[in-house]
Amino acid sequence: MQALEILGNNDTRSGFGAGLLEAGKQNSQVVALCADLTGSLKMDAFKKEFPERFFQMGIAEANMIGAAAGLATAGKIPFTGTFANFSTGRVYDQIRQSVAYSGKNVKICASHAGVTLGEDGATHQILEDLGMMKMLPHMVVINPCDYNQTKAATIAIAKYDGPCYLRFGRPKVPIFTAPDQIFEIGKAVTIYEGADVSIFCTGHLVWKSVLAAQALAERGISAEVINIHTIKPLDEKAVLDSVRKTRCVVTAEEHMYNGGLGDSICQLLARNFPLPVEMVGVNDSFGESGTPDELMAKYKLDTVDVIAAAEKAISRK
Amino acid sequence: MPTTLELQQIASQVRRDIVRMVHAVQSGHPGGSLGCADYLTALYFQLMDHKPANFTQEAKNEDVFILSNGHISPVLYSVLARSGYFPVSELATFRKINTRLQGHPTTHDGLPGVRIASGSLGQGLSVGVGVALAKKLDKDDHIVYVNMGDGELQEGQNWEAIMYAGSHGLNNIIASVDYNKQQIDGTVVDIMGFSELRSKFEAFNWLVLEMNGNDMQDILDTNAKAKSLRDQNKPIVILMSTEMGAGVDFMMGSHEWHGIAPNDQQLAAALAQLPETQGDY
Repeated sequence: MQALEILGNNDTRSGFGAGLLEAGKQNSQVVALCADLTGSLKMDAFKKEFPERFFQMGIAEANMIGAAAGLATAGKIPFTGTFANFSTGRVYDQIRQSVAYSGKNVKICASHAGVTLGEDGATHQILEDLGMMKMLPHMVVINPCDYNQTKAATIAIAKYDGPCYLRFGRPKVPIFTAPDQIFEIGKAVTIYEGADVSIFCTGHLVWKSVLAAQALAERGISAEVINIHTIKPLDEKAVLDSVRKTRCVVTAEEHMYNGGLGDSICQLLARNFPLPVEMVGVNDSFGESGTPDELMAKYKLDTVDVIAAAEKAISRK
Repeated sequence: MPTTLELQQIASQVRRDIVRMVHAVQSGHPGGSLGCADYLTALYFQLMDHKPANFTQEAKNEDVFILSNGHISPVLYSVLARSGYFPVSELATFRKINTRLQGHPTTHDGLPGVRIASGSLGQGLSVGVGVALAKKLDKDDHIVYVNMGDGELQEGQNWEAIMYAGSHGLNNIIASVDYNKQQIDGTVVDIMGFSELRSKFEAFNWLVLEMNGNDMQDILDTNAKAKSLRDQNKPIVILMSTEMGAGVDFMMGSHEWHGIAPNDQQLAAALAQLPETQGDY
């Protein structure tokens, strides 16, 4: 099994910032709104380049979502930016009525998702956001894995007409996808082909799954690693094609079992092709303060957890 | 341009539509709809620069109206149909299965004239802020009208929007508060009231006008004044005193007709007070 080349180390939120700037250059209808977290969301470059198209909305997220719906009504392509917690749970009804039900072309961009937000603790960490967003009819839900993919996803959703939720994070993580990639919404990316177990992973767990597959290979286990960057719409064909070959599954995400990628995969398999599934995720718990690495270890979201899940899934075949 | 008398006549027909629609399905909100019938008639038949026959979501170079208190959908549907957005006959489908005239307004079914879903309260002014920002970006000097209920102002999101619009001087917003002082469970003052609203809006840098929302001439005069004040670079709110149930004597004077439908006898009694001026649907 070939090791992947690490092209650098950066946070996915910076990929969003770079993608937003590029989307703004490509289309003058792109506008951005931020709720007093411009630096944290890496929206500074867009603000500097397009000051008249950047709206500082203050600590008033509900109004930000509504204003984005109004801008979209008038033909703009608004990107809202705040932490994932304040992008979803705090404004769920505003997203539901003014954006999703109203069919507005709003891009809800959410940083600091999951426990890797770190020291600020559970008030700011969210592990439920994918579930809330995927429950909304016709909402596209995307969770890219590194800087390059987040940048490409940001550019891609600007070209897609409809409401989108884009989730990314705070810590610097390895960059291992191509800088010039074309991001296809709803199209899973196979990183390693394998025969013994399918690992469906998203966000920060993609790199950890890559490392897990390399470790499994040393133990003689052939793991297929598929990056599900789009939680909804799910690439059902990619999932079913893989499991028909491997006959067991691991899902891996920085999210609650309920509502996350694992939940989506289990529903798909239950309806079509029931198989043993092991889930790497958080089981009905809030996060807490700590470093990102400490938290990923404590909440069993680490490489060793993916390895253990793969071995257990194989043992259940 | 219709005369004041002609606008009053149209409003009478709008009121007939409201009570007939609500009676037909024995559900809906006649009280606030009747109270706002004069203002919405004035907006759609005289005050707004709009294109009923060529409806677009984007509303480039036209005025926009957003109904934040979506439960008064009967009055909105009536003025939309009567001003040419869709056939008047479609009013007969209100709240029925497969209708475009959902209980609360929505864009979901492609009904011309509706640009945002509303019903869950407190969201319309924020949407209006967004449309107003877009019009500024596009150098389109048209006006965004937003109507809110007084009880609706209990929703905190309104105050986020009021703060934003005031601090950014969005002088292309003319908001109105349907100040009928009633809500579902009783009077606004008893539920969670404000003794007055003027000082609150002024504290957030808004210009405040007051009018009798059931006096057509006052509506026209106040809105002319509102437009003349736009050079002060502040958002404008009109505190619109109305009577819930206005135009039907037994529906006025309390909150009781907020959300109930008239029976056959009550319908007949209501229609007897409302001249049919444009032809019933």
